[in-house]
Amino acid sequence: MMNIKEDTASEVQCHDHVIELQNIYFSYQDQKVISDFSFAVKKRDFVGVIGSNGAGKTTLLKMMVGLLRPTEGNIKLFGQPIQKFRDWERIGYVPQKNNFNPLFPATVREVVLSGLYNNKKLFKRISSVEQKKCQDAMEVMSITDIANKRIGQLSGGQQQRVFLARALINHPELLILDEPTVGIDAETQHDFFELIFHMHKHHNMTFLMVSHDIEMVEDYLGQDPVDKCGAIRFHVRHSHEQDCLIPNLQHSIE
Amino acid sequence: MEILTAEFFQRALAGGILIGLTAPLIGIFLVLRRLSMIGDTLAHVTIAGVGLGLLIGMYPIAAGLIFAIIASFAIERLRKAYKGYAELSIAVIMSGGVALASLFFTLNNGINTDINSYLFGSIYTLENTDLYVVGVVTLLVVAVISIFFKEFFLLSFEEDAAAVSGLPVKFLNMLITVMTAFVISTAIKFVGALLVSALLTIPAACSLIIARSFRSSVIFSVIISEIAVVAGLLVAGILNLAPGATIVLLLICMLILTLIGKRSLRV
Repeated sequence: MMNIKEDTASEVQCHDHVIELQNIYFSYQDQKVISDFSFAVKKRDFVGVIGSNGAGKTTLLKMMVGLLRPTEGNIKLFGQPIQKFRDWERIGYVPQKNNFNPLFPATVREVVLSGLYNNKKLFKRISSVEQKKCQDAMEVMSITDIANKRIGQLSGGQQQRVFLARALINHPELLILDEPTVGIDAETQHDFFELIFHMHKHHNMTFLMVSHDIEMVEDYLGQDPVDKCGAIRFHVRHSHEQDCLIPNLQHSIE
Repeated sequence: MEILTAEFFQRALAGGILIGLTAPLIGIFLVLRRLSMIGDTLAHVTIAGVGLGLLIGMYPIAAGLIFAIIASFAIERLRKAYKGYAELSIAVIMSGGVALASLFFTLNNGINTDINSYLFGSIYTLENTDLYVVGVVTLLVVAVISIFFKEFFLLSFEEDAAAVSGLPVKFLNMLITVMTAFVISTAIKFVGALLVSALLTIPAACSLIIARSFRSSVIFSVIISEIAVVAGLLVAGILNLAPGATIVLLLICMLILTLIGKRSLRV
């Protein structure tokens, strides 16, 4: 009886894996950066990846989203091998703040809308339903009043809200954040973390965040890493608050 | 004034308007992706192709196009080999292009007039074939840009985000590169290899200052380029100046005016 129960449990668990790294090796110009590393991000987990510069955090993140290929090993996204994965709209991505040129001519609305541009939208025009999605995402992040401003003119905190709105526009199941608070003042950083931790508690989303802000990460995810990969530490918190899920993101944040 | 009604002048005007559309359309993406110098490099390599074309009796622009495409892939290769020193690839390919050009042109003595027309442009000697070619290229560029407009936007704004959205980043990059080669190889007969990158980059440089949104920056750069081309041709025609040079100098004047009026202009 026990055995059967355990089998079913492990099967369910496999289904619940959002990201799976299996025996990953990675070398950069003959230098081994990662060797034989396995890790799984489960549904509704909040995974914090912390480590000093050069520890390989970005490399790991880039492999998880298909920007880099491991030298050896397998990566699965939502149970599918990453090479065959096509459902990119299930993933929201918040980049490092300084990834774009401040002179770039793009309005807040254009940036948020670009969250909809994916492999399935090639050759397709943006519909009015999608325009509405953009409006909703901007309302959730309270950036409607700056919708027509140039992205480079905004403060770091405002820019981060724009990128978060872009990542949320598709209602993703997995949100990936790459050092989201670099270059943002302490108070705004605090608000930003509050916001995403709140989203984790009350929404059916999985989070993977690379961060150098050890204090904030440990505060929410606990001091003991569940896994290590060289100098990179993985802190994980699972959200069990199934019964208090708020279906509408807007209500939750207001 | 009778120059304005002459057939050669009207052909120049028609060709100029088409190039005035395609050059900034591609140029804005090059500028935003910090590849402004690629225009200049490919133009120099195209001249080598033109030199070979004239030597072996091939349509020079076609030979130039082949050279430009090969060079653009070579630049990509070198950029990867010297990550972080990407401009090195541009310096290498540009000097290679000039060297080959000078070699081909000296092998073929007696075509000195031709080299000048490709270096500085000779918009008044356009033939019907040239106009057809530039017409096809214009259709192609406009079609590609309108089909992939939103993807090119994301690619230029943030290449990583484009990749995480599952967009075919390599294919899109290649498309921009090949389109650039097409535009440059057809444009050099108009404004000349030495001036072609002005037509690609200066309209974009102006619109970066004026425009707030991406869409308006594309529209502005086309308008600015068309004003410069049409006004430049008219002024050059009436005052008997070199047309390519007049267009480029007009563009630079417009850039200076934009920079001066920076604050009041932003829309």
